[in-house]
Amino acid sequence: MKKIEAIIQPFKLEEVKEALKAIGIDGMTVTEVRGHGRQKGHKEVYRGQEYMVDLLPKVKLELVVPSSRSEEVVKALGAAARTGKIGDGKIFIYDVAEAVRIRNDDRGENAL
Amino acid sequence: MFKKSGLLEFLLGTSLGANHLGMPIKNFNQVDRNVLFGRLPGGVHYGRDCSVRGRSQEETLTKMIRLSSFLLLASTALLAQDAAKIAALESAVQSAQSAGDNAWMLTSSALVLMMTGPGLALFYSGLVRKKNVLGTMMQSFILMAVVTVLWALVGYSIAFGEGTPFFGDLRYLMLNGVGAAPNADYAATIPQQTFMVYQLMFAIITPALITGAFAERMKFSGMVLFCSLWLLLVYCPMAHMVWGKGGYFNAYLGGQMPAFDFAGGTVVHITSGVSALVCALYLGKRKGYAVEPMKPHSLVLSFVGACLLWVGWFGFNAGSALGASSLATSAFVATHFGAAAATLGWLLGEKLHGGKPSVLGGISGAVAGLVAITPASGFVTPMSALLIGFAAGLICFFMVVVAKSKFGYDDSLDAFGVHGAGGTLGALLTGVFATSAINGALKDAAGNPQKLGLVDGNAGQIVNQLLASLIAWGLAIIGTLIILKICDLTVGLRMTDDEETQGMDLSQHGEEGYNFES
Repeated sequence: MKKIEAIIQPFKLEEVKEALKAIGIDGMTVTEVRGHGRQKGHKEVYRGQEYMVDLLPKVKLELVVPSSRSEEVVKALGAAARTGKIGDGKIFIYDVAEAVRIRNDDRGENAL
Repeated sequence: MFKKSGLLEFLLGTSLGANHLGMPIKNFNQVDRNVLFGRLPGGVHYGRDCSVRGRSQEETLTKMIRLSSFLLLASTALLAQDAAKIAALESAVQSAQSAGDNAWMLTSSALVLMMTGPGLALFYSGLVRKKNVLGTMMQSFILMAVVTVLWALVGYSIAFGEGTPFFGDLRYLMLNGVGAAPNADYAATIPQQTFMVYQLMFAIITPALITGAFAERMKFSGMVLFCSLWLLLVYCPMAHMVWGKGGYFNAYLGGQMPAFDFAGGTVVHITSGVSALVCALYLGKRKGYAVEPMKPHSLVLSFVGACLLWVGWFGFNAGSALGASSLATSAFVATHFGAAAATLGWLLGEKLHGGKPSVLGGISGAVAGLVAITPASGFVTPMSALLIGFAAGLICFFMVVVAKSKFGYDDSLDAFGVHGAGGTLGALLTGVFATSAINGALKDAAGNPQKLGLVDGNAGQIVNQLLASLIAWGLAIIGTLIILKICDLTVGLRMTDDEETQGMDLSQHGEEGYNFES
């Protein structure tokens, strides 16, 4: 099993969800996060007080899939989230040791 | 008033006409009759036809004379009836005016209260960090309660009792004698109770304006004690000097140095703005000032608050005409124009300073314009109002954005930069632009409207305005310092560092403004 963690532009969330649904992936966890990579922040001015805002709002998706489907999911996700401009985000892929469905104690890929 | 006298003239004119009609008929009867009826001196007749025609004319004329005599008698009788009618109409007009004035003044009172809550409460609380949103709102709201009680007990009397030129006496203690009967010195057409409650709303918002200077760091108990003492020792005496009967600066009721302050440039904005600066300097900066980010947590709240202030200000300024008069209309228009021009002035300042036209700038400019037009609103033309507003927008922008960062004091929400600077500018410009063409209530010895400001040719008024402003500055500085010291030595002024870090909402009130998990 692989865990796919993607940090994307907030406005791309709907497109990404649609793309994953199209290849049969429904389950995911979504969090609103702030951060930045190479993208620069912006300046805000309130009555002459300047503030550099470099932590920008992003959305983090987390999903765990069978290892065999991992590449397909990453491709679909990346294609849907891409605008081609700086700030599109990143995808990280981890190995997952075990999964447990709390309701009935299913294990491994059965729990996904 | 116009309608009343017009009616009187109409009725009198009719009866006068009847008298005039009577006089020529009488003369004609005695002198010109012979000539007209063909009898020349010496009794020569021109002929029969002529004589017959003359006789029938004579009969007609006799009838006319009788008729006119009857009309004369009847009109005399009617005149007595008319006098009763006029008296009845006069009293009807008076009570209609009274009802109209009272309706507008009660509406204005409610509008001015709306400026404090929710207007100012929203405006200020949007500018603080979200851990202080409730504490900031509460600072305005608690004054709606505390000031009301103090005003009823003693505040109104200190401000509007006759007393000395600087301090009212205690004749209205516990609102003694303040009831349905008008107080002709202040407002002859509305119950004194209306006047009292209208003035109360001013007393509420003035200390509430100061809270912007010590935002996010003052203890609740210290703030309540400070504002209570400030109301009685700074606001009420200043209100007495400018608006109270016999007050030192009262231009209308026997002041020794007449200054014009229509709706509170000196009384409200200079006192609160300058006291705000003193508070900011005395309390020191917020913990982490200029190191931690202290962005406004919701300009949306501030925007709504500023718009409510703008609307409420119509009650503040147009209400200061103390009646539903054309002067109220003039003040309403000046107020609106001042706010509009100041919005543009501030935005232009931002542009010239290399910035973007910000929403916070726009609403700050509007408030600055409303502040500056306040003392002038009942004395200036719409075009002067545009000029005053525009100047206020630019100058307050400079004070808030350039001067404050140069001096480095933490007037957190710019109570001084907007109210102190805008109020002083407005007071001085009132001396320039006040004109008897707008407000002719002040008469000279000959009964002609008195020259008011520089535009009327009375340059000396600017000196009076300056002196009144300086007295307001002095009273605010000294009074505030003494009161701060008293509060500091008793209940204390500042929250502890931990409380400040935690925020006012939790540390002072045990609540949070935004509970998203609930």
